[in-house]
Amino acid sequence: MQITPLLYFKQIEFYVFYLTLTIYCIGTINFLIYLIKPRTLFSRLAFYITIIGFLFHSIIFIFRYLTYACFPVTDLHQSLFFFAWCFVGIFIIFNIKHKIPVLGSFVTPLATVFLISSATLFTQKPVQIPPPLQSMWLPIHTTLAFLGEAFLGLAFCGGLMYLIQENQIKNKKWSQFLHRLPSLQTLDDLNYLCLSLGFPFLTLGIITGSIWAEYAWGSYWNWDPKETWSLVTWLIYAALLHGRLTIGWRGKRAAFFSIIGFAVVLFTFLGVNLLLPGLHSYDSFTSP
Amino acid sequence: MNIIVAGLSHKTASIEIRERLSFSSHNLTTPLQEIVNLPSLYEAIILSTCNRVEIVCTVDDNEKAIREITIFLADFHKLSLNEITSHLYFYTGQDAIRHVFRVASSLDSMIVGEPQILGQLKDAYRSAVANKTTGSILNRFLHKAFSVAKRVRTETNIASNAVSISFAAVELARKIFDNLEDKKILLIGAGEMAELVTRHLVSHTVKELFITNRTFEHALPLAQEFGGKILKFDELFDNFAQMDIIISSTDAHDIIITYEKIGKALHARKNKPMFLIDIAVPRNIDPRINDLPNVYLYNIDDLDGIVEKNRQVREREAKQAENIVEEEQIRFYVWLQQQEVTPTIITLKEKFESIRLKEIEKTLSHWEGLREEDKEKINALTHAIVNKILHDPINFLKTKGEKNRFPIEEIKRIFNLND
Repeated sequence: MQITPLLYFKQIEFYVFYLTLTIYCIGTINFLIYLIKPRTLFSRLAFYITIIGFLFHSIIFIFRYLTYACFPVTDLHQSLFFFAWCFVGIFIIFNIKHKIPVLGSFVTPLATVFLISSATLFTQKPVQIPPPLQSMWLPIHTTLAFLGEAFLGLAFCGGLMYLIQENQIKNKKWSQFLHRLPSLQTLDDLNYLCLSLGFPFLTLGIITGSIWAEYAWGSYWNWDPKETWSLVTWLIYAALLHGRLTIGWRGKRAAFFSIIGFAVVLFTFLGVNLLLPGLHSYDSFTSP
Repeated sequence: MNIIVAGLSHKTASIEIRERLSFSSHNLTTPLQEIVNLPSLYEAIILSTCNRVEIVCTVDDNEKAIREITIFLADFHKLSLNEITSHLYFYTGQDAIRHVFRVASSLDSMIVGEPQILGQLKDAYRSAVANKTTGSILNRFLHKAFSVAKRVRTETNIASNAVSISFAAVELARKIFDNLEDKKILLIGAGEMAELVTRHLVSHTVKELFITNRTFEHALPLAQEFGGKILKFDELFDNFAQMDIIISSTDAHDIIITYEKIGKALHARKNKPMFLIDIAVPRNIDPRINDLPNVYLYNIDDLDGIVEKNRQVREREAKQAENIVEEEQIRFYVWLQQQEVTPTIITLKEKFESIRLKEIEKTLSHWEGLREEDKEKINALTHAIVNKILHDPINFLKTKGEKNRFPIEEIKRIFNLND
């Protein structure tokens, strides 16, 4: 095989990918230490490490964007990669703005798991999607949907923290966690904020997806498994948002809903692709 | 230069004695000036709190300084020496450094880990700086003490857990509501503990405080003290749903706040969390309400349990804190020694040089017919002799003096360098 400059860069990309993953792992370890140790040094350290990881992560993404024929979310490896990027990015912005570093102790392990799953699916050759699907709707649809899901991911982490903290206060346990985790009020506000940002993005993601479907396949809605499950996800979050705004759903119930909701998000994202065949399955792009 | 600490604390003196020996923290100028005017003292700081009175100072002669400070304390407070000597303690050398670091880190406090002492020490230091009674040694020493305290606070859990019932209640309220500024509190009944909890909550600037009592007159003084509003006891449940924090402490023998009442209130306030503290024995609040979502009920035993557990945590953490203090103490002591070495060498050299010059002057002034050249030679010769003689003692100081105070003292004494 001829060694072209592009192939050479691909090799570098491969190494940078694992470098990013390693940096995230170190960040995660620091965030986990922060959870149990009283020193706040670890949270700052962990956060800076995560930002460095994110920079490398971004470099790979930009490289792929520039060298691939289309927006690099055409297979599961790339999608997981891009989702992890959105997730960490949203967390970094969120932490700078709202200063809840302990959120990182929940976000970074999850993001690292996404990236590890992505690593197991590493392919040197990106899947080429058929020309009818190559349109500007690809980046718009995927970015909106992933940003929405990243916010909902934060709501999920906040929900977990809420349940842990609530359990401690309710059952009169007084551990290191009680001090480390934010107040119930803060966590409930976090839930509402992430929901009110994530839900519109998710909605827009579904709408743009359906417009794209009209262009590509000639109909807005095809009831393929991905679409059906997206609708289920949307309904769950719509119910939660509605409950919050009208009948005072909050606290434990909201936390619980956010956790279930994100589980369905993950199923829609991964489960559908891996278990149920349909138009969104990445394999189907290449099949005739 | 030595650092010594002289004083008394809750460990050595009763409150009566402490009161009589205390200094007003608003006016430390007079005592500070008088102290630094004592012949053996250079720099001084006075720390005077309700639990301790301590003088931190730098001195040359420990024994003399201790005598002078004791007499000063007795004179200043118009007490006899006999009355105070048995209550005083004195720390010198490494013990003095360790003691101040322990005090700053709240390891010597009545309640280990309570952070007020650090603020008091900072105030004491500020007064001393304002009165110009500190110098390079104490400035560095106190800043070090503050940073040791900070290290202890951030690296151990010593101060992170409330060890009194009222603080535990406030901390819980903050872990539920985060910010108490827009919260309404209802105090039902009266009683020492309930008042204490209320006082702590009010000091965290809650929005409104309501007080109710079966006997109207009992609510009055409390309402005045805390700036609260009085509710009539039989109208207690009219505005019940507004209340975020409810403290109950009546001598009623039955349950006042029932499961149904809270359920209703919760519905009316759209499930906004409620924090209830039941201090009464027998209890005033139905214990089942803790099962309701977004309602947190703590009774006196729950709070006691937390406080007890936190005390154990503090004791465990205190051991770790002692290690930090020890490490820093040694580091500072080494620095203090180094401060001694260089000035000692300089004075030693100066002394020899002045002897040499004096003798040269004496000899040459009577020696007639000496050429300029020969004078130079004699000068160089004496210079060389002095340098050769001093070479070993200086070397000795440089190598041994940094680790150990002893050679510095010996050399000073041998060559009579103190005066």
